[in-house]
Amino acid sequence: MDSWDRFVFTFFNAQVMATYLPRIVEGFFLTVQLALLIVISGLALGLLLAVVRSFGIRPLNWLIIFLVDLFRALPPLVIIVLIYFGLPSLGAAPSGFVSTWISLTLVLAAFAEEIVWGGILAVPKGQWEAARSTGLGFATTLTHVVLPQALRLSIPPLTNRTIAITKGTALGSVVAVAEILSVASGAVGFSSNPSPLTLGAIAYLILFVPVVAFGRWVETRFAWKR
Amino acid sequence: MDEFIATFFNVEVIRAASPILLQGLWMTLLLVLVAVPLGIAGGVLLAVLSVFRHPAVRWPLIAWVDFFRAFPPLVLLVFIYAGLPFAGIEIGAFGCVAIGFFLNTSSYYGEILRAGIESIPRGQVEAARSTGLSAAQTMTWVVLPQAVRNVLPDLVSNTLEVVKLTSIASVVALPELLFQARQAQSVTYNPSPIVAAAIIYFLLLWPFVRLLSRLEHKAVARR
Repeated sequence: MDSWDRFVFTFFNAQVMATYLPRIVEGFFLTVQLALLIVISGLALGLLLAVVRSFGIRPLNWLIIFLVDLFRALPPLVIIVLIYFGLPSLGAAPSGFVSTWISLTLVLAAFAEEIVWGGILAVPKGQWEAARSTGLGFATTLTHVVLPQALRLSIPPLTNRTIAITKGTALGSVVAVAEILSVASGAVGFSSNPSPLTLGAIAYLILFVPVVAFGRWVETRFAWKR
Repeated sequence: MDEFIATFFNVEVIRAASPILLQGLWMTLLLVLVAVPLGIAGGVLLAVLSVFRHPAVRWPLIAWVDFFRAFPPLVLLVFIYAGLPFAGIEIGAFGCVAIGFFLNTSSYYGEILRAGIESIPRGQVEAARSTGLSAAQTMTWVVLPQAVRNVLPDLVSNTLEVVKLTSIASVVALPELLFQARQAQSVTYNPSPIVAAAIIYFLLLWPFVRLLSRLEHKAVARR
């Protein structure tokens, strides 16, 4: 066997790949599911926090700022490990899936709050004053005048951040979530051949290359002319 | 409440674990000292290459950068760590982490610096060239300094992400802060060491998060 054949046999072993393909596909869909859950709950929570913050209730805002700083400073894997290995001591034992979902939701919410809040701050004060003086209430001004502009400003950074955080679903493999990476590395152990990892890598590329390309497109589409 | 404190903030457990937590902290800092300069150097190289508009440079470069941005860093790391031995290459956990971080973070730094370089008006380059500076001198002394200033918040933000990312090295058994905390937790059956590690990460990174949030708000307000 020459070195090329050995390389193919090692990393692109068709027989091993065929054996583990169905499990990798299952892992693929679990990853998609987890990612969608994180995106929805993280963005919703982040937006909610930014809206609450704009009401300017001092003690509440300090709490929000602290939580946002906390989840921006902590590595996501540390949060996942803390929830998964820590909470059972309190009697609650979330599964790896739920631990990963909660952790990455909190992280995404923190970043989303910060980005949307930055957008709200960037809307000139005159817009608030003009809207209020036409007789709109505070809430209507926020939802109909300020937020639409703030969100438009927020879309490019929000897209990039969301993509980066959804890639964190791979961290779930540390707490036994049967997503792509954990299925693939488990299979490497069984078959003594790294081909399942190649398969897993391809699965991630199929999942994220379009997403990254989409992020690139959003960045140019929503770019503000300086 | 007492039970809560004994579980999550157990002083005795933390005291017993503190030597190995400290060792872990040093390893984390060492990792940062290796990963950040390597990533920035690779990023500068990618960004400078992106100035060449020729399709033979441009398209491979975009493919390279997007490939490593699409790949979750943990997957890349596990692939390198589990795959290389099969190819007959043994470089240890630290070497694998260094390679994985270089490939991943240089692509991010490269994208940020590229955006910075593109934000410098063409006239600057023309003016610099017409005073007799070479292309390389123009890039080093005129374009890059301004480019870096324009994207400083993004550079700080990415560096923060790199520091946080070093925690994934625990997966390939590199004894950094999170790895040591989990070791201590599994020996004592008490999650306090992980809480302690989280507090260390927070104290270490919080000043940068604050700084960043001010830089970012300023950047948005300037538009």
